[in-house]
Amino acid sequence: MKLKKILGLGLSAALALSLFACSGGNAASSEPPADDTPSASEPAGNTDSTPTPEGNEPSGEVINVGFAQVGHESDWRTASTKSAQDVFSEANGYALSFVDCDNDPAAQLDAVRSFIQQGMDYIIIDPIQATGWDTVLTECDEAGIPVIVIDRTVDDSDKYVAWVGSDFKVEGLACGEWLKAYAADKGITEINALVIEGSVGASATIGRTDGFKEIAEREGWNILASQSGDFTEAGGQEVMESYCQSYAGQFNVVICQNDNEAAGAMTAMDQAGIKYGVGGDVILVSFDANRPYVQMVCDGKINANFECNPMAAPTVDEIIKALEKGETPETEVYVSEQWFAAEDNVKTITVNGQEQEVIHVTQDVVDARPY
Amino acid sequence: MNKKKITQNALFLPLVCVLLVLAVNVVYDISQGNPFYDFFRITMQTSASGDKLLAGRLVTILNRGSEVAILAIGMTLVVSASAGTDISVGSVMSLCASFCCMLIAGFGVSSVDDVAIPRLILGLIGALVMGCICGAFNGTLVAYLNIQPMVATLILWSAARAIGLLLCNNLIVYVRDEAYGIFGGYIGFIPTPIIIAAICIAVVTLVLKKTAMGMYVQSVGINKKASRIAGLNSKRIIFICYLICGLCAGIAGIVASSRITSADSNNIGNNFELDAILAVALGGNSLGGGKFNLAGSVIGAYTIQAITTTMYNLGVSSAVTPVFKAIIVIVIVAIQAPPVKAWFHKLAASKSSGKEAARA
Repeated sequence: MKLKKILGLGLSAALALSLFACSGGNAASSEPPADDTPSASEPAGNTDSTPTPEGNEPSGEVINVGFAQVGHESDWRTASTKSAQDVFSEANGYALSFVDCDNDPAAQLDAVRSFIQQGMDYIIIDPIQATGWDTVLTECDEAGIPVIVIDRTVDDSDKYVAWVGSDFKVEGLACGEWLKAYAADKGITEINALVIEGSVGASATIGRTDGFKEIAEREGWNILASQSGDFTEAGGQEVMESYCQSYAGQFNVVICQNDNEAAGAMTAMDQAGIKYGVGGDVILVSFDANRPYVQMVCDGKINANFECNPMAAPTVDEIIKALEKGETPETEVYVSEQWFAAEDNVKTITVNGQEQEVIHVTQDVVDARPY
Repeated sequence: MNKKKITQNALFLPLVCVLLVLAVNVVYDISQGNPFYDFFRITMQTSASGDKLLAGRLVTILNRGSEVAILAIGMTLVVSASAGTDISVGSVMSLCASFCCMLIAGFGVSSVDDVAIPRLILGLIGALVMGCICGAFNGTLVAYLNIQPMVATLILWSAARAIGLLLCNNLIVYVRDEAYGIFGGYIGFIPTPIIIAAICIAVVTLVLKKTAMGMYVQSVGINKKASRIAGLNSKRIIFICYLICGLCAGIAGIVASSRITSADSNNIGNNFELDAILAVALGGNSLGGGKFNLAGSVIGAYTIQAITTTMYNLGVSSAVTPVFKAIIVIVIVAIQAPPVKAWFHKLAASKSSGKEAARA
């Protein structure tokens, strides 16, 4: 009996330990991959060495940067991560602590707090949610760590030095303007659009929806339905499957708010026997413009793709360098973006009074894509 | 007399609930001026490659509900035998899908277009084995170490998805091969997930009915000690239930990953453990263990999908969908709550006694 008790005690202690390791591991769950694969990412290994040197010499030669990434839900995100890992490399004088937050807002807050505890020099956040940031950003502020927000936005706090990212509304407007010019050229008079939105509440979703809606309302287009596919292929597939049943034969435009959703929508339309793309009955538009999907534009499966540039890291690098010199950077910096189309009938579009080029995709364009 | 028998059947209420959900669509269709059977229309559509495929909302419900239905099988057994839930199934699904795609594509490869059949089979078997390993791990903790089920499965709930990420080198691994897409696509004109779910349900039902397994599970769930004294190896039975649950998660993982011909470890099976538990509850099973009704759980799983599909049909905005889902779930659970049931019985009894009085 006694033996059993001791055994039970020991086991429960072991379990408690393993549980602790696991639950703690969730927040920083993706740190290990960075450590385990030094070949893929230069900054690895640094995570181990950071705590000691920085305690002693707060403003040493190496700049410690903590990056709380959303997750790796899409190729776009992977490209964004890789861009950060390339720019904030040891060779460039940085030590990057990278945390993949797996789309878990709570884990992201934990990650930022751990960055504060580790005494990072700069914190980069790609906020999973737009709200709920004031407390933790105030903590960063009190700790004197400048925060740079990239990609998605923070709505309920202004305690960060700069935001770098895409102007999602401009992307939505560009999509609308292109569609208008394209339809005019093809002699399509009536537009019946189905929209597959991104994750509810994400700024990319809001901006792209608003931008496209603005043009749709101005032109009197009919948006039949607009539902969320959660930025995933499975989501896009399920929503499109439902659209095919509800609106069979009633739509001629499908707007997918990212590439993964477009992939899912294509599967669903294939199964429903709907012809899309160049020469098809349905104009398929996507956002993000990752290389495999620009290839699909080249192949004529997707009519147009509107880039959302994930390479925010070089701009962040510039901001950090400016801050190091004691300069004040701009608070809002937009990365430059390109628009891709499968046909060359629309050469330029005017977005917000600015004339912008629409790139006709050829194999050379695809091969030149960095991601 | 006959009528009473129907209402007292354990499947009566779960069936009523799923019909209620479907009825919402009928009301909507009529109000929209569509024929009332619009929701139930099943058509043959011709795909881009010229194949004839079954389509329609009902097909969608059966098709998309497959994963949760498969999970619900394992979950029902686990709930019955151990009076606890396996909250790791969603994460295990993701892990199995990642492992499968990793085996097929090779470690660190993010996309393959053409896969040799032996490689494919290796991946599938790997996924199933991985499911069994996870199930065995949970089973060992619960059955042999007597750890509370929720705590024991919490380990894999948090760790399995992360292990899947590691296996995939933090990427989404694409296996863009038609052969791999079959498990989430079509065999002939029938969606494969429906067939897979049907096979799983049939096999487990047969095993439970033809062997004494079903009785063993229930008796262990009702009283573990008494069952042991009666000569049953309670621990092994609980272990087997968790093993089956893990295997089910593996199968569901393959289906989910095959649908999108990739291993999206962040999103596959996300929150599916909750849907599986809800399915068991909607099926009229007690989460306290003991007697169970597998058919009820399966109906519960399709009820959840019916709600989702209904939301799409009604065109409810994505932002408010969870609210409507919650309302429907509350109504369904309330209908099955014992006090409400008792009230219905009372009502029926007073009615029939009233009738008898009138007749007299």
